[in-house]
Amino acid sequence: MSLAQTHQGPDYSHLDPIFGKLSWESLPFHEPILVVTFAAVAFGGLAVFALLTYFKLWGYLWNEWLISIDHKKIGIMYMVLGLIMFVRGFADALMMRGHQALAASGAEGFLPPHHYDQIFTAHGVIMIFFVAMPFVTGLMNFVMPLQIGARDVAFPFLNNFSFWMTVSGAVLVMLSLFVGEFSTAGWLAYPPFSGLDASPSVGVDYYIWALQLAGIGTTLSGINLIVTIVKMRAPGMNYMKMPVFTWTALCTNILIVVTFPILTATLALLTMDRYVGTHFFTSELGGSPMMYVNLIWIWGHPEVYILILPIFGVFSEVVATFCGKRLFGYTSMVYATAVIMILSYLVWLHHFFTMGAGADVNSFFGITTMVISIPTGAKLFNWLFTMYKGRIRYEPPMLWTVGFMLTFVIGGMTGVMLAVPPADYVLHNSLFLIAHFHNVIIGGVVFGVFAAIGYWFPKAFGFKLDAFWGKVSFWCWFVGFYLAFMPLYVLGLMGVTRRLSQFEDAAYSAYFVAALIGAVLIAAGIAAFFMQLYVSIKNREQLKDTTGDPWGGRTLEWSTSSPPPYYNFAFTPRVHEVDAWWHMKKVGYKRPTDGYEPIHMPHYTSTGIILAGILTVMGFGLIWHIWWLVVATFIVAIAYGIGHTFNYNRDYYVPADEVAEIEGKRTAQLAQES
Amino acid sequence: MSATTPSAEAPEFFVRSTHDHDDGHHHETGTMIGFWIYLMSDCLIFGSLFAVYAVLGNNYAAGPSPKDLFDIDMILVSTFMLLFSSITYGFAVLRMQMNDLKGTQLWLIITGLFGLGFLYLEVLEFTHLWHEGATPMASAFLSSFYTLVGTHGLHVTGGVIWLITLLIQLSLKGLTHENQRRVMCLSMFWHFLDLIWIGVFSFVYLTGVLL
Repeated sequence: MSLAQTHQGPDYSHLDPIFGKLSWESLPFHEPILVVTFAAVAFGGLAVFALLTYFKLWGYLWNEWLISIDHKKIGIMYMVLGLIMFVRGFADALMMRGHQALAASGAEGFLPPHHYDQIFTAHGVIMIFFVAMPFVTGLMNFVMPLQIGARDVAFPFLNNFSFWMTVSGAVLVMLSLFVGEFSTAGWLAYPPFSGLDASPSVGVDYYIWALQLAGIGTTLSGINLIVTIVKMRAPGMNYMKMPVFTWTALCTNILIVVTFPILTATLALLTMDRYVGTHFFTSELGGSPMMYVNLIWIWGHPEVYILILPIFGVFSEVVATFCGKRLFGYTSMVYATAVIMILSYLVWLHHFFTMGAGADVNSFFGITTMVISIPTGAKLFNWLFTMYKGRIRYEPPMLWTVGFMLTFVIGGMTGVMLAVPPADYVLHNSLFLIAHFHNVIIGGVVFGVFAAIGYWFPKAFGFKLDAFWGKVSFWCWFVGFYLAFMPLYVLGLMGVTRRLSQFEDAAYSAYFVAALIGAVLIAAGIAAFFMQLYVSIKNREQLKDTTGDPWGGRTLEWSTSSPPPYYNFAFTPRVHEVDAWWHMKKVGYKRPTDGYEPIHMPHYTSTGIILAGILTVMGFGLIWHIWWLVVATFIVAIAYGIGHTFNYNRDYYVPADEVAEIEGKRTAQLAQES
Repeated sequence: MSATTPSAEAPEFFVRSTHDHDDGHHHETGTMIGFWIYLMSDCLIFGSLFAVYAVLGNNYAAGPSPKDLFDIDMILVSTFMLLFSSITYGFAVLRMQMNDLKGTQLWLIITGLFGLGFLYLEVLEFTHLWHEGATPMASAFLSSFYTLVGTHGLHVTGGVIWLITLLIQLSLKGLTHENQRRVMCLSMFWHFLDLIWIGVFSFVYLTGVLL
């Protein structure tokens, strides 16, 4: 490229004024795998559409769920989004494992390299942004306000909008499967490869706009949940009486607010490079690709703690409940969480020791990285000591917890190995690294999410999940995980780098085949989980929980009915001790049955879903360079957003009679129980 | 459910009466702190852009440097426009606290005009530079310069649109509780942008011309 050309920026003269870059060739008719997938998705979508229409559920779905600003329903919708995207992300994983097992055994495999590159990119992006993040945000949304005795989050409308912005990003990623293609640049899209010269297609643009839209939702949700925790705790609940899950939620949301803006800025600069022709991350005219790598990891490393911290909170709640003891070392748990929060911001450079920053810089970041294992170790010992001499009940959530403790320690130790700069020079970018972070993310986040689902499902729906299928799911996952990822450690030590679709050497074959078998076992674990859902819904009468406290819980969410009324608590609880509900039960509290007062609640609104919908279309226009659509949707979105601020009628009072009626039913039910 | 009878000294476990607990006021403080946290997140976006400018700002790629480009006198005029607009916003808030709707509106309009004047000068500067051949595509220095200053300009534009919206809402509903809260939020936003500009002025323009 000549100097004159670089000065001008991208050439848009050949764009179609109406369709931008979009044309019939954008549809992947030439990829049989995608055509079959599209047929299956279209058929499934039509079936769901037909069923909803046949049972006349559209109105219910819209009025009770999609426009709901009830934090519990939004939390559940986040979990559903996470599950759907999890199936997609896992399908990608299975394809990679299948392909690599074939390719390492001398065959060609079934995925062309370009398609394979899209799959590993999509797998990473989906699993982090549209599986783990919705799961974690969903849990915090559902559980945290109940734990602090609040009736909703601080900004309920914003909460709904945040959720739909996350969906918006997920929709764009899914769309890239059938319209155009996805990025091939890996889950963090390093330039110069993600720049316009190396990746001129819409793939990276899909990546950018999906993450920008979802990222806005995440940042807003982070602000919302911080304010909720800071301002809306029940009287008496000072910071050192907050449940540990709420503490981890607080630290996580602080991390979200201090890191996601950096992601937004970084992606915006990459967008400038691609759309305007600036030179932030190019290799020409003074740009620096390493600038991008630094910036993206300043967000990226705290991001993994954003995922794991709330999960540490989940395990803390589960361990205390299923051992019938108060959590060992509450104070140290809180400090460990806060220390991890701060340290997570000081380690980003360990993701690229090989950049050549020099021995001093590498040592600093190596040491800060290793230091993180100290508070994390403190947490593990706290959980162990909580179990010590406890009456342990091995319900599925507790199984996941013990599985986590074993697995996470291994992942943590390989992490410390990678934190040693000289060792990292050998291990970086290899399958050893892949094995390490799957070890902590599956062994930590995924196990934790399943523990949390098992633990709080009865609170959300009023019946427990079937324990047998839960155990089947756990054992398949547990064994499957080791079978799938331990071989990758070995392969990494043998020198196999990540993201390869073809292999020269047959020596790897056995390991890749073992990993494939592990992945299939994990698939069985996922199937068992869906079986568990099906069986539990079928047997919901036998599994019913009328007490609201099926496990002998310790925190305030168990003090209300299952599922909780939409206002959560008829009377705001007063808190005196750390395990507020345990204390109430111990001292012999009396549930008030009269004197109800009107409750202040917000109205549902469809603004969130409509606004996010408009912005999704805008994202599509930006990806395909359909400028008129971008301008039109942008103006409409601004006007619609401003219009919303002219609505001053946002909340109402639930009459005391209605509260009395709902609470009266529960009183009768509880009386019948005893 | 525990069947034990409550002991005499059992503490109170519920807030029985909400009369001492004003819900509306409660929410108010939530909005202010929430908006403040949003500003801090925005501050980090600017922080990233400043960091990028710090790293790439000397990479002229054989093109023009700050000394060749910046007209510090004009920048000083626009800086004072923005500083004065912060003062006039302060006057608007003082008027609001005296419950003087007309005065509030008047000072807000003056603030908006200062904001528009600032934007006009910025557009003038950008078009001038562009015609000189100093486009954002010319070097990493110019890429980061345009992006940092332009992002601030976009924020001011957003602030002006918000200001116009708020003026309409004030004339429709007067100094209601909600509107007062909005005036205070925009006030924080406006002063925040002023603060960022002080950073831009000293870090980009002043050091650019002096060093």
